[in-house]
Amino acid sequence: MTSVALMRTSGGPAAPRSLSLRDRLVRLAEAAVTPMVPADVLDIFDPLRSGADLRGRIVSVTAETDDSASIVILPGKDWAGHVPGQYLRVGVDVDGVRLWRTYSLTHGPRADRCVSITVKAIPDGKVSNHLVRHAQVGQLLHLGQAEGDFVLGDPMPDRLLLVTAGSGVTPVIGMLRNLFSKAAPVATDIVLLHSALSRSEVIFGEELRRYAAEGRLRLVELHTDTDGMLDVADLDEIVPDLEGRTTFACGPVGLLDALEAHHTERGLPLHIERFRSAVLPDAGDGQGGSVTFTTSGITVEGDGSTPILDAAEAGGVLMPSGCRMGVCFGCVLPLREGVVRDLRNGEITVAAPGDGVAIQTCISAAAGACHIDH
Amino acid sequence: MTVIQKKSESMNPVAHLSAEEIETIGVELDAIRQSILDTRGESDAVYIRKVIDAQRKLELASRTLLLASVFPPAWVLGTAGLSVAKIIENMEIGHNVMHGQWDWMRDPKIHSTTWEWDNASPSDQWKHSHNELHHTYTNVIGKDNDLGYGIMRVDEDQRWIPMYLAQPVWNFINACFFEYGIAAYDLELGKNLASEKRRQSPEFKARYQQTLRKIRAQATKDYVVHPLLSLPTGSFLPTVAANFTANVVRNLWTHSVIMCGHFPEGVETFERSSIEGETRGDWYLRQMLGSANISGSQAMHFMTGNLSHQIEHHLFPDLPSNRYAEIAPQVQDVFQRYGLSYHVAPLPQQVASAWHKVVRLSLPNDFLSQTTVKNAPQQLKLLWAMTTKGPKVRRAAQARLSQQARRARTAAAAA
Repeated sequence: MTSVALMRTSGGPAAPRSLSLRDRLVRLAEAAVTPMVPADVLDIFDPLRSGADLRGRIVSVTAETDDSASIVILPGKDWAGHVPGQYLRVGVDVDGVRLWRTYSLTHGPRADRCVSITVKAIPDGKVSNHLVRHAQVGQLLHLGQAEGDFVLGDPMPDRLLLVTAGSGVTPVIGMLRNLFSKAAPVATDIVLLHSALSRSEVIFGEELRRYAAEGRLRLVELHTDTDGMLDVADLDEIVPDLEGRTTFACGPVGLLDALEAHHTERGLPLHIERFRSAVLPDAGDGQGGSVTFTTSGITVEGDGSTPILDAAEAGGVLMPSGCRMGVCFGCVLPLREGVVRDLRNGEITVAAPGDGVAIQTCISAAAGACHIDH
Repeated sequence: MTVIQKKSESMNPVAHLSAEEIETIGVELDAIRQSILDTRGESDAVYIRKVIDAQRKLELASRTLLLASVFPPAWVLGTAGLSVAKIIENMEIGHNVMHGQWDWMRDPKIHSTTWEWDNASPSDQWKHSHNELHHTYTNVIGKDNDLGYGIMRVDEDQRWIPMYLAQPVWNFINACFFEYGIAAYDLELGKNLASEKRRQSPEFKARYQQTLRKIRAQATKDYVVHPLLSLPTGSFLPTVAANFTANVVRNLWTHSVIMCGHFPEGVETFERSSIEGETRGDWYLRQMLGSANISGSQAMHFMTGNLSHQIEHHLFPDLPSNRYAEIAPQVQDVFQRYGLSYHVAPLPQQVASAWHKVVRLSLPNDFLSQTTVKNAPQQLKLLWAMTTKGPKVRRAAQARLSQQARRARTAAAAA
């Protein structure tokens, strides 16, 4: 399989020689720029080229509501494509610090290769506020490939119920836009039940209402300021033919949990998408937490005042170390996930998988459960 | 300079400070550090990215010019550019990134755990000997290899032997090939080659191999690959010469700057025993007394990688280098209020002072101060005797020199 693919791309019998020539050129380039790697040099000129770490350039920023905006991004050449409903990880430098969040892709694959995300600024949300209010056309973002299995699948169900709340509409709009952009009429019967704070807060409100007016879907808007929160017990009333529908839902945890319980009891098909919470875990009380070392598999208890380095060594983990006073950076290890407190000034650092956070273990104490790659 | 613990009450620069005052100094310095952490952000990130971008473009442009270095203007410009690029890479970028000054950005490409620098010593070995040993045990005799790099007499308390007469020469040779000197003492060659057991230890062998690989890669780039790329214009040898020159210029410059950090007269050294049970305040105090700054233009600060703010760097090795200038007046104010001397002088003066110390200590104690034009012939005879006639004569002559110096000091004090 692999060899066939190689033959095809490199053009027949001459392939092995041209491959080794390419290898030799790469090696020459490496020798010419060491201790850098050729990518460091190429990145200066073309950060979106094939072979580069995946990045994207902002093409446009459009306000959707007062506190949400759609951002169109041209991804690098290695973008592998996506299916509507999927999400991607976005790394943004906010105040100089690279922070990663995940956002749903709000379009199907586009002819111009661009992808789009729609971001709602949440209170105290560093990344969301930065993207909604300060994102600039031309700015570079760091990207991950598309992920997630919240997709409609093939063949499509005959009858769909889409339940969304707030920014939970973002993966669903991607599905709808993709469906409605096709030349063939959509055979599926769609009901979209969307809940938002008020009419003006409905992201993509105009677009959704237009789809409803064109008869492409039935739209039920719930505005919680007047209608109250969505109660799953009311579902049968709102959607009388609930029984025959496959449900796709995205929104707050409470709503998703309630839906899951409701649909499981009734034996109804349900697909849900849970957004990762970016809210800080409670770490202000000086409590420690367990520290797990992922390579050795050892877990130690770290109290809130003992450096992780000391706790780990006492627990039999062979740790890199140096000055033991925060000066030499000889003890730095990747914190895959967890919360730590700087014992010198109390500063809290939070890490989620993929954030790329490294900590000095000699001056950091656990402030919650931690997983360290070591 | 005599280690601080051996100084008489009147000569000891910290005799007037109580333990509480020393801790208060620590608290004040912590507050200065926090003020930078609180305001560290976007503009700092923009700064380091701009510096890295500019350095890479400068290096690329210089190396491109050197492809035609058979033409003298291309050689001169290319060599000058490459020298500057190598200095910036080592000082403002490499040294500071490897200190973890930019780890807070969470950019895996500008991080202490991933950066590899354009220097003979592999970055992780350098980080151990520099960040851990030099910065933690700054100026502690026997602990801090930066004090004379293990080959020089850096303190009056080290007994003088004739070998030290040659130390100005060694120091100069070390300056020219500084990157290899650094690699050698990061490997702790002196210690590790001394015994068969150490020579054969797998850990030492692995580090030794790693250094050889790094040196080979560096030399291949500078002396093989780029000269070969210049071959079409007939510039093979000029490119070799250009790379050699740039490396030597970088070595001389970095050596000079680093000598200025801890070597000028007036900078204190410490005994091993002094750091047992050291508090945060004690540690800060040692950094304050053990470092010296260079004054000058913004361009000079930049080219030294802001190591011209050596005192600030030693107090706060992990603060971004571009912020040292801003806190220097606050740090100087702390020195003044606690009656400590803040050593700062222009580059030529600090270099001269450091070299003066190298020369002074290459000679027996008090030799230089007791030599005048008039007594020079006698003094030289004495030095010859001390060099050739064995330890007994050396001890007797040293006693006489010290006595003369004491008398001269008493006379000066009386007058």
